[in-house]
Amino acid sequence: MKAVITVLGSDRVGIIAHVTNILAKVNVNILDISQTIMDKIFTMVMLVDLKEANTPFAEISKALDAAGQELGVSIRIQHEDIFNSMHRI
Amino acid sequence: MLNPFEIIETIKMLDKEHLDIRTITMGISLRDCSDPDVDAMCEKVYKKITTYAKDLVKVGEEIETEYGIPIINKRISVTPISILCEHAKSVEDCVKLAKALDKAAVATGVNFIGGYSALVHKHYTKGDEMLIASIPQALAQTQRVCSSVNVATTRAGINMDAVKQMGEVVKQAAELTKESGGFACAKLVVFANAVEDNPFMAGAFHGIGEGECVINVGVSGPGVVKCALEKIGPQADFGLVAETIKKTAFKITRMGQLVAQEASARLGVPYGIVDLSLAPTPAVGDSVAYILEEMGVEKCGTHGTTAALAMLNDAVKKGGVMASGYVGGLSGAFIPVSEDAGMIAAAQCGALTLEKLEAMTCVCSVGLDMIVVPGDTSAATLSAIIADEAAIGVVNNKTTAVRIIPAPGKKVGDIVEFGGLLGSGPVQPVNAYGSEGFINRGGRIPAPLHSLRN
Repeated sequence: MKAVITVLGSDRVGIIAHVTNILAKVNVNILDISQTIMDKIFTMVMLVDLKEANTPFAEISKALDAAGQELGVSIRIQHEDIFNSMHRI
Repeated sequence: MLNPFEIIETIKMLDKEHLDIRTITMGISLRDCSDPDVDAMCEKVYKKITTYAKDLVKVGEEIETEYGIPIINKRISVTPISILCEHAKSVEDCVKLAKALDKAAVATGVNFIGGYSALVHKHYTKGDEMLIASIPQALAQTQRVCSSVNVATTRAGINMDAVKQMGEVVKQAAELTKESGGFACAKLVVFANAVEDNPFMAGAFHGIGEGECVINVGVSGPGVVKCALEKIGPQADFGLVAETIKKTAFKITRMGQLVAQEASARLGVPYGIVDLSLAPTPAVGDSVAYILEEMGVEKCGTHGTTAALAMLNDAVKKGGVMASGYVGGLSGAFIPVSEDAGMIAAAQCGALTLEKLEAMTCVCSVGLDMIVVPGDTSAATLSAIIADEAAIGVVNNKTTAVRIIPAPGKKVGDIVEFGGLLGSGPVQPVNAYGSEGFINRGGRIPAPLHSLRN
């Protein structure tokens, strides 16, 4: 299964390092990363593959959420189908 | 690859604009639970519901986590219980069935179970009669059971005996729960042209044309529509307003379709329909009234409101219908007064009256919903309000409903708190003149003619 990770908040050193570190630990492969400033908010979007993940989805989600709180940004992981279904016919 | 702007748009809808899946409702047929021994029947009902729906809440929560979509309610609807009540010997027997449903709801973790219902649009059977008589007690003695009675259809006309009785039932239900402002009435809907696959409470039941078990999903999202209209600004003409609502409804419904398919696959139960209703909640920013005000009416209920609502309702359907394989249920905009911050404000300042609400129900989904009236409103007046609403449904070939609360001891201007999604309702005035003579006639108003339309 593929998922989209989004990070929203104010930019600071170490956000990507922190997130990728968590993903490496749970064996989640990163397929694509893009980052931009949208409406003055730092926005990072990451497409990941969870096929080989060694940890259940809910726990990965919790770990990312906790990291977000530590970094003062909002981090979420969602199945990519929610975006595909909403924006693609 | 998905475009980051699209991803952020979705996240904004979820985070800031109250986009959610309002309900995943599992419909379960109880027709095979019929048994002349009422206690045995209750046992069968409990067992069947708790077997079929044992994973419903768990699967709902899994989908919530994986997709990051809030799924507010997980619910169950069942076969109209009046069918099982053909075996009941007393009103107490019917109440036993209500308690079995309540127990099953607690065991499965759902917050409401609908289907304590009867379809009496033409006449009553013995079971219908007993079930309807038991509604006040059943609702007062249970927490999660919802009840509905269909008193009219376009093809059968209006059963005025049932309309008369339902006025009395509503009154009794309020009296039995007077400590909570007549809360039982919030769980009771009187329908005309009731639909068999509605996932929304309190009017959900699993119709007799349905299969063994089905998953129906109700989406929501008034906040998303309002924000989309804010973005196009007050100068946009109605062509652009309609287009914007359609596009937004399409996106919202696609999400409902995805959740319906996913829930259906994980539970191994066929997916029935997506109900693409705009269902408000008392949360600020999740209001249908504020959409109408965004369109340019100063307060919901003033002149122009009916036209605004008609357009909104139509555009929501047009946008949603292409996004889902099967659209059903009540699909449209709901206008429950106590559940909508904008409606509450409009009713409190006098802009939104019962008469205007009645007009609005001609052009939108359902009807007079979650309306609080003074506790001394007579049963005949309640029946007459039901009759008016049923007439609108029957003549216009649409579903209409009445969920009205004559709050005991309350007067015009008081506020009745129901809590949670049911919100709080200002007590609204009813016409001071009586309708007894009309309601006491009894019999059936014949089905209307559907040609020579003028």
